Amino acid sequence: MTTLVGPDLFDCRDAFASTLQDLAQRDDRVVVVCSDSVGSSKLVDFKKRFPHRLVNVGIAEQTLIGVAAGLANGGKRPIVSAASCFLTARGLEQIKVDLAYSHAKVVVCGMSPGVAYGELGPTHHSIEDVAWLRAIDNLAVVVPADPKETEQALRAALLHDGPVFIRVSRMPVPSVYADGYQFVLGKSFRVTEGSDVTIIANGTMLARAVEAATLLRGRGVGCRVVSMPTVAPLDLAEVRAAAEETGAIVTVEEHSVRGGLGGAVAEAVVCQHPVPMRILGFPGFLPTGSATWLLEYSGLTAAGIAAAVDDVLQHK
Amino acid sequence: MTLAGRSLPVGRIDPSLPLEERVRLLGEAARAIRRRDLEMVRSAALGHIGGDFSSADIVATLLLAVLNIDPSRPSLDDRDRFVMSKGHSSGVLYATLAAAGFFDPAWLDGYMEPLSPLNGHPDRKKVPGVEANTGPLGHGLPIAVGIAIAGKMDGSNRRTLCLVGDGELQEGSNWEAMMAAGHRGLDKLTVIVDRNGYQQGAPTEETSRLEPIAEKVRAFGWAAAEVDGHDHASLLGLFEKLPVIAGRPTFVIAHTHKGYPVSFMQDRVEWHHKVPTTEQVRAALQELA
Repeated sequence: MTTLVGPDLFDCRDAFASTLQDLAQRDDRVVVVCSDSVGSSKLVDFKKRFPHRLVNVGIAEQTLIGVAAGLANGGKRPIVSAASCFLTARGLEQIKVDLAYSHAKVVVCGMSPGVAYGELGPTHHSIEDVAWLRAIDNLAVVVPADPKETEQALRAALLHDGPVFIRVSRMPVPSVYADGYQFVLGKSFRVTEGSDVTIIANGTMLARAVEAATLLRGRGVGCRVVSMPTVAPLDLAEVRAAAEETGAIVTVEEHSVRGGLGGAVAEAVVCQHPVPMRILGFPGFLPTGSATWLLEYSGLTAAGIAAAVDDVLQHK
Repeated sequence: MTLAGRSLPVGRIDPSLPLEERVRLLGEAARAIRRRDLEMVRSAALGHIGGDFSSADIVATLLLAVLNIDPSRPSLDDRDRFVMSKGHSSGVLYATLAAAGFFDPAWLDGYMEPLSPLNGHPDRKKVPGVEANTGPLGHGLPIAVGIAIAGKMDGSNRRTLCLVGDGELQEGSNWEAMMAAGHRGLDKLTVIVDRNGYQQGAPTEETSRLEPIAEKVRAFGWAAAEVDGHDHASLLGLFEKLPVIAGRPTFVIAHTHKGYPVSFMQDRVEWHHKVPTTEQVRAALQELA
């Protein structure tokens, strides 16, 4: 059912942008709120088609979120779109208070997260966003892996009774899911079966996790790959199954090793069924370099993931 | 302890009454609201009585006599919106919402008690009539701008009014939102600043100067108006003439006194969040009789 499809690579912002237009066409209440981020969010076509439903507040992330909360109070269904590094850091208290604590039905899309802006340096890397957002109660946090999942996550978020954060990747990724895939908020998806070890991944790392599993299978290691697009609320049952049935877990994400998907899984593993784990991600502030180079530099490649699996199996 | 502070008239003021009668009723209501608030703060041994009292006349005028709201149907789509950005003045907000009829005044007895719906800062999920969860400063104004943008998109006549503290204007988020609102010409949006001159620890002008506020807001594309924030007739007159300039949001500088009108509280910075003793409550209630 699920395959790594072809050599083609996709920018998930394209799926985001076309889905937005479809949602706006279907529901008059849908409005987009951005902070001078029309181009970087690929909203040029949306602006042409729905000029009065695009609210650009200027370079002002606190107001970006506050205005979105107000639009929701006024009966709209706001979808916020801005660079994840600025949006989540500068608008954090507004996300906590105006959206999560207030139970405002607002979808917040963090564009170009992780190391998408690799060459621009750590000011523009968004490698802490999942950590600080998943600490907030009543906020769903979703990290889609490919265009299909990005589209489905956006549609699901608009139907969700509460605020949702979606990380929308800019880094080119292959299409991971086959046609029958259906994203469900809060649910994981088992991409490959295996009983020796489980790799849990999301976002841009899912394709690399699948590649790593293929490498490992060639060496006789039965590797389960679990796609975990929703980091909050976490699919606890699937994490427990991974721990109980495979006895070792490696997480991999385009994020800091502190507090993201790895942290969430580790909390669940420690409390439910402790097993050896490795958490792959970025150790801290990164040097400059392209996104692809930074992933290789940080060992976030199929070979790097396979090496971490070999290591964790030594401790099983 | 006397229970003289506990009585609270309930119900909104009929807008068809003559102005003098509405002003008289507002005066009575504002005194009753202050008395009730005093009891709440005494009972909770927590609160912000200084800012409650400086804003009481503004909040009472809006909720009891100006806004197009129906306390029995607090979620009506086209209701006017009142965003209390200075959420620490929850005592006066709750007492006034109860006086307007949004909920049973008996709730006020539980102000800040464990599991009470009446948190130290308002929660719209728990309290009918609360439009926004505020407390951290600088949140209400951007939310009010969003509400006003939604209304403009829909061609709605509803008004959005937002009350901010003066010290609160030191938060940059207000100025982000003021810029966006001025740019958009949101003339159904009105922000009122409770200009009592004091923040938590000192006068605003000694802490980080705010003046000239009127010139600043005009430079952001707003119309500015000044009013005695304790004069119900002046407040009613101003709110009936909004917007001050067509095509612009209005910024009202309401000149007030912290702790007004209690003689030993007025314009004294320590009453920002000081809890009165039993004797002080008794004395204040006599002044508010």
